[in-house]
Amino acid sequence: MATFKEFRNNLKPNWCPGCGDFSVQAAIQRAAANIGLEPEQLAVISGIGCSGRISGYIHAYGLHGIHGRALPIAQGVKLANRELTVIASGGDGDGFAIGMGHTVHAIRRNVDITYIVMDNQIYGLTKGQTSPRSAEGFKTKSTPEGSIESTLSPLEVALSAGATFVAQSFSSDLKQLTALIEAGLQHKGFSLINVFSPCVTFNKINTYDWFKEHIVNLDQFEDYDPSNRIAAMTKIMETGGLLTGLVYQDKSRKSYEDMAVGFQQEALAKQELKLSEGEFAKLLAEFK
Amino acid sequence: MISQLSWKIGGQQGEGVESTDRIFSTALNRLGYYLYGYRHFSSRIKGGHTNNKIRISTAPIRAISDDLDILVAFDQESIDLNAKELRPGGVIVADAKFSPTVPEGVDARLFAVPITAMAEELGTSLMKNMVASGASWALLGLPLEVFNKAVEEEFGRKGPAIVEKNVEAVRRGAEFVLEQAGGPLEEFRLEAADGKMKLFMIGNEAMGLGSLAAGCRLMSAYPITPASEIMEYLIKKLPKFGGTVVQTEDEIAAVTMAIGANYAGVRTMTASAGPGLSLMMEAIGLAGMTETPLVIIDTQRGGPSTGLPTKQEQSDINALIYGTHGEIPKVVIAPSTIEECFYDMIEAFNVAETYQVPVIVATDLQLSLGKQSCEPLDYERIVIERGKLAREELPPLEQHTLFKRYEFAEDGISPRVLPGAKNGIHHVTGVEHDQEGRPSESAVNRKKMMDKRLGKLSGLRVANAIKADAPHAEPELLIVAMGSTGGTIDEARGRLSGDGVATNHVTVRQLHPFPSELLAPHMKSAKKVVVLENNATGQLANLIKLNIGGHDKIENVLKYDGTPFLPSEIVKACKELR
Repeated sequence: MATFKEFRNNLKPNWCPGCGDFSVQAAIQRAAANIGLEPEQLAVISGIGCSGRISGYIHAYGLHGIHGRALPIAQGVKLANRELTVIASGGDGDGFAIGMGHTVHAIRRNVDITYIVMDNQIYGLTKGQTSPRSAEGFKTKSTPEGSIESTLSPLEVALSAGATFVAQSFSSDLKQLTALIEAGLQHKGFSLINVFSPCVTFNKINTYDWFKEHIVNLDQFEDYDPSNRIAAMTKIMETGGLLTGLVYQDKSRKSYEDMAVGFQQEALAKQELKLSEGEFAKLLAEFK
Repeated sequence: MISQLSWKIGGQQGEGVESTDRIFSTALNRLGYYLYGYRHFSSRIKGGHTNNKIRISTAPIRAISDDLDILVAFDQESIDLNAKELRPGGVIVADAKFSPTVPEGVDARLFAVPITAMAEELGTSLMKNMVASGASWALLGLPLEVFNKAVEEEFGRKGPAIVEKNVEAVRRGAEFVLEQAGGPLEEFRLEAADGKMKLFMIGNEAMGLGSLAAGCRLMSAYPITPASEIMEYLIKKLPKFGGTVVQTEDEIAAVTMAIGANYAGVRTMTASAGPGLSLMMEAIGLAGMTETPLVIIDTQRGGPSTGLPTKQEQSDINALIYGTHGEIPKVVIAPSTIEECFYDMIEAFNVAETYQVPVIVATDLQLSLGKQSCEPLDYERIVIERGKLAREELPPLEQHTLFKRYEFAEDGISPRVLPGAKNGIHHVTGVEHDQEGRPSESAVNRKKMMDKRLGKLSGLRVANAIKADAPHAEPELLIVAMGSTGGTIDEARGRLSGDGVATNHVTVRQLHPFPSELLAPHMKSAKKVVVLENNATGQLANLIKLNIGGHDKIENVLKYDGTPFLPSEIVKACKELR
C-alpha cells in the first residue's frame, strides 16, 4: 500500500515560504494514502492561480487546466472513468469569481468528486487584487479605497445550491484538514472543502494569527449534527462563515453517475467502441 | 408525368406545419421518392409565419427548387408570403375557414378545403395536419393505402381509435379536394419511384448517429439552435450504450467537460453554433496545448452576436480557424452532404485521437436541419483508430521521473496513456511544458515543443479533402463552395451546361489545414474561379487567396440574407461573371 511519501514528487512548489497551500498539498497526500489509494488511482485537476499549481506537486495523474474551469474538467474525468478518485482544486478567485457558475452547477449535479478550494481572500499570482472573498473595505491594488462589494459566503451558497457535503478547514490544522479530505473523498457525491489558506505576501489582514483568533471549530461541539441543513445554515451565519469542521453532509442522495439512467457501473473508458452490425442496423431502421 | 415537384406547407408556428410535413414526407419516403426539405422558421415557439418546403424527386436531389408547385396554407399570410413562388398554373390548397384569396397577379388554382372544420368535426383541430396532407396526397394521385400505413405507424402506439380518426381525417380531406378538382391533377402526376424506402433524416441526426458509430459515449452540451437535435438524439441513444449526455451550465463547461473526459479516455464531443463556439475558444487552446483529442460540431447559423439564429450562413470559417489565442494544431472539416455528416464524425474522432488535436466539424443550418433522403450507410466504413494510445502494461518508471507523455517523437505525435494506468503518471498543463508535462520556460524546449505540436498535422488530408467534379480540361468557370451549397451548384451547372457554359465544381471539405495542393490544379486550368458562399466578406475566397493565390482569377458570389442559394441565382451569377 502506498504511503503519503509516494504521492510526493521532486518538484519544488513556486509558492512563497509560509504559504498555506503547502499544508493543503500535504493533507491531500496524507488523505490519499490513508484511504488506501495508489498514486495512479488519483487524478488532481486544478485551475489557474498560485493554488492551481497543486496538481503538479502531487505524484498522481493531474491536469492543470484553464482559469475557473477545474470543475467541469474534473467532472468529465470522473464520468469517463468512475474508478478514479478525482479531486478538483484551485483558489477562491478560480472557484468563486470566474468559475462560480461551474461551482454552483457542480454542486447541483453532484458528480462524485471532491473540490478543495484554497481560500486566501485575495488574488496572489496577479500580485494582490480583491477577490469575491475579500472583506468589505479590504484595500488592495484594485480597491485602493477599500472593497465596496459584499463578501461571498461560499458555504451558504453551497447549502442553498443543494450541496451534499460541505466542510471548511484551516491550513494550519493539518489533522482536521486531512480528516475532512478523507471524508470528502469517501463521500458518494460532490464534496466541497473550503480551506482558509493564508497568503503571507499580499494579505496582511487575514493572517494565520487572525484566523486562529476568529475561527470557531465545530469539532468542539458534541451535539452539532451535520445532517441538519437548517442548523448548518444557522451555524454558518452565526459565525460569519468563520467556522471549521464538517458543516453538512447528506448521505442519502445518490451521485449523478448513479442517477443517470443507463450509465454503466464499469469505467466508460474501458468500453469497446465499435457497434455490432445488428446494433447499427437497428439504429438505421429508425430513419426509414 | 413529371420526375420532380415542390410542395410547401405554411401557417403559424405551433399550428401543425411540422407534423403535416412529417407525415406527408414519411408517406412519400415509403414510395421510394428522394426528398429534400427546407424549413423557414423563427426563434419563437408559437405564432409567427413558418413554412416547410419539400422537393420530391425520382432521382437523388440535394437542392431546394426555385419555384413551387403546390402550396398548402393554414392562413392567408402563408398565401400572401409564398404565392409569388408558385410557378404559373400552380396550386393552392387553403383552409376554407379564412375565405382564402389568390393575390393579384398570381396565376394559381385555389382549392378551399374546410380543413379546420373537418378536423373539428372529428373531435379536434389538431387533426388539421391530416386533412391537409390527405388533400395534398390525393391531388398527386398517389395510393391512399400507403398514406394510411404511414398514419398507422405515426399513431399506432396511441391505439386503434386514434389511428382510425386520423385515417378518417385523411380520407375526408382527400375526398373533398378530389371532388373540387374533378380527380387527381394530371400535370402533377409523378413518375413511379423505385419503391425502396430511403434513410430519411436531418444532418444533425446523421452526425449524432455518426458519433455513436464512432464510439462516442459521452456528450456535454448546452442547447442552441441549430445544434440541439444532436444532443436530443444522443440523449435517447447513449444510455442504451452505457453512456450519457450532460446538459451543462454553459458552453465553456460543455467543452471543458469534454476535454476532461477525452483526457480520461472516452470519446466525448460537444456541439454548438457560433455563440457557443466563441465561448469555447480558450478551452480549444487548452486541448491543442495539452494534445488532448477533442471533437466539436459547429452548426453555423446567421451571425454576428445573436444574428439570425434560425437562418442559413457560413460565416464562422475565420473564427473556427483563427479563433483561439496563440498557435495550436487544429483540424476543421466541413461535410457537404447528409452522408458526409455521418462519415465525417467517424473520421473526426479518428483524427482527433490519432493526431491528439481538436477537430471541429462545421455544418451550416441548411445541412443540419434540412430533412433529406440519405444513401445507405455502410457498416464496413466504420473503422475506429485510436493512434498511439498505450494499451499494454508500461515498464516501471525510475524514481522521480514521469511517463514521457510529450516525448519528442519523429512524427511529433507522442505516446498517450490514460489516467488509471500504472507507471503512466505524467503531468498535463496548459503551461508550456517538457516531455513529462512539467512546466518549463526553457527557450530551447519551448521552440521544440511548438515545432512538435504544429508539425503534427503536416500532410494531414481527411478523406476527400476536396471533392471535385471536373469534366472539362479547361473550364470557363471553376465553381468553389462548401457545406450544403454543393447540391444547388450541381443543379445550376446542369442548366449552365445546357446554355453552353462549361463549368467544373470543387467542394472544399477540409478547411484547415488547407488542402492547397489539391485545389490549385483545378484553379490553374480554369479561366475564372467563382467562390460561392453564404457570408458577407468572402471568408472561403480569402482562405484560398491566402493559401494559393489567384487573386486575379477569383470572383466572389456572396449571399448573406439568411437563405441558401437557389439554383437560378447561381446560374445568373455565373453567366454574368463568365
